[in-house]
Amino acid sequence: MGIELQDITKKFGSYTAIDDISLNVASGELVALLGPSGCGKTTLLRIIAGLELPDAGKIILENKDTTNLPPRKKNVGFVFQHYALFRRMTVFENVAFGLTVLPHKERPSRTEIRDRVEHLLKMVQMEWALKRYPSQLSGGQRQRVALARALAVNPKVLLLDEPFSALDAKVRQELRRWLRKLHDEIHVTSIFVTHDQEEALELADRIVVINKGKIEQQGTPQEVYDHPANAFVYNFLGNVNVFHGRIHNGKVTLGSHRVDAPDELKHSEEKPSRTFVRPHEIGISRIRSSDTDLTGTIKEVRLMGGQIGLNLECEGFEHPIEAEIPRDLYINLQLSRGEKVFVSLNRVKVFTGDYAI
Amino acid sequence: MLKQPTPETASLVHKRVSDPLPVQIFLIGLMLLFFIGFIFLPLGLVFAQAFQKGWSVYLESITESYAVEALKLTLTTVAIVVPLNAFFGVTAAWAITKFNFVGKAALKTLLDLPFAVSPVIAGLIFVLLVGSRIPFGSWLGEHGIKIIFSTPGIVIATLFVTFPFVVRELIPLMEAQGRDEEEAALTLGARGWQIFAKITLPNISWGLLYGMILCGARSIGEFGAVSVVSGHIRGQTNTVPLHVEILYSEYNFAASFAVASILVFLALLTVGLKVTMEKKFQKNSSHH
Repeated sequence: MGIELQDITKKFGSYTAIDDISLNVASGELVALLGPSGCGKTTLLRIIAGLELPDAGKIILENKDTTNLPPRKKNVGFVFQHYALFRRMTVFENVAFGLTVLPHKERPSRTEIRDRVEHLLKMVQMEWALKRYPSQLSGGQRQRVALARALAVNPKVLLLDEPFSALDAKVRQELRRWLRKLHDEIHVTSIFVTHDQEEALELADRIVVINKGKIEQQGTPQEVYDHPANAFVYNFLGNVNVFHGRIHNGKVTLGSHRVDAPDELKHSEEKPSRTFVRPHEIGISRIRSSDTDLTGTIKEVRLMGGQIGLNLECEGFEHPIEAEIPRDLYINLQLSRGEKVFVSLNRVKVFTGDYAI
Repeated sequence: MLKQPTPETASLVHKRVSDPLPVQIFLIGLMLLFFIGFIFLPLGLVFAQAFQKGWSVYLESITESYAVEALKLTLTTVAIVVPLNAFFGVTAAWAITKFNFVGKAALKTLLDLPFAVSPVIAGLIFVLLVGSRIPFGSWLGEHGIKIIFSTPGIVIATLFVTFPFVVRELIPLMEAQGRDEEEAALTLGARGWQIFAKITLPNISWGLLYGMILCGARSIGEFGAVSVVSGHIRGQTNTVPLHVEILYSEYNFAASFAVASILVFLALLTVGLKVTMEKKFQKNSSHH
């Protein structure tokens, strides 16, 4: 096992940042800690690195209890949100730092250090910047240098705190794919923290959704996205339409409509329910194909790259419904503002818990 | 259509964004008057008075043994005070910016105390503290340790008065830099002293030097606190500013101003150093 966290709790005064979290990460796995800001994910990362001490619980890295070891003995590579490159050092000196501070006996020779740094910089495509200072690099370049620096000490575990949050959208996407590729090559056990569900879904082998210091759900991106454990996870993983209603006799009320309840709730007693539908799981048509279709009017059309966002006012519904359809469909149907359409809710997810969103 | 601005429109735009001409002239004139009245004129007078009786008297006044002793004492004091306050300043700034502890805010306020208290009062406090009225003072006396009316007293008084310079320079700098780099070094396996030597110190080096220059300048010129603790013993506990005052009160104006001109030179030197530092400092911080 790469990383084992057992019953970690951390409080700051009366505020509980981490509430009894246990988590296993297999060797070579790339795991995303996903959650809203202030949910405790960064604190958890800092605890693994030894930058914070947990109030209770154990941290086991590569089968070795490291709970009370100082950070320098943990052999953990940490990439900070704002990179934290050493501003007075060149890129070379930055990457070499972890090797040059080793005690004399363990320190590699100058040429070995040089070779290793050059190898790492080549790997992150920064070998041309050897003599540059961090201030002379762009955000994405700094990020790659920070990664090379963290990898220089051959860490057992690589921890990345919001690795892409300070970059602009285009660079973020590129770097994301690049990091995934790099991880497939070097296979170091990695955890990264993010509040961006897309990033987690695209990059991670496994996603751990955290809220208020607790794990809400963990699983592969597919599992978490398709089978969210609760309303929070569903809501956090993408845009949603929420319909408040009641579940009764195997039917769920949606506005003035009633649809079949999902199997597991067929025999539920009568209680309040919330039904979620993702905008891209809403069908738009000119022809009524089933009697459960809603009739709606297009109130607003938004261009969103490949998708078109529609704001629909549907009969019997108090709040407007957001839908996303492919651009081709939009053109084929010759839709525009004010048109009447038929709306089908293709995949609904019903939750009855009293989870507040 | 966008047009190239003609000279007229350009100057119109220029006029609109700046103050009216009379205001500009008035403010610049006021500033010039101030400089002339408070800096250039007095400086000129110092030199005029110093050379009033010619080169030979000037040279004699500044090479005379008491003057040389005074200069030695002043430079010795600076040589002790500046490194010590650099050390204390770094320690205090480090503690305040990198750790959280009870009473931090109070300590931060107290750091300014030496600036707020009149130097004469500061000197008196030390006289009382190590004087024979207090057990500590008499204990020192019994063991033959002389602080008041001797070099240690002068050094201690100067240390107190010039303490804030370094620390006040460093705190905002270190606060702005945060702990990220230190934490990064920590995860990369560095020990405490390595982090300090390789990360913290280089990051604050320019600010530290700047603070030390200011501290040095003030140490050279300190009069009030030193005057109280020194006892004005010629050739022994007289610093340059004290020597100037003694000569002046003896109506020995030419000698007094001659020695004062040494202080002017030292002041110009530090101002020059300070300007160079500022330039480097700005270059460095804009670089990052």
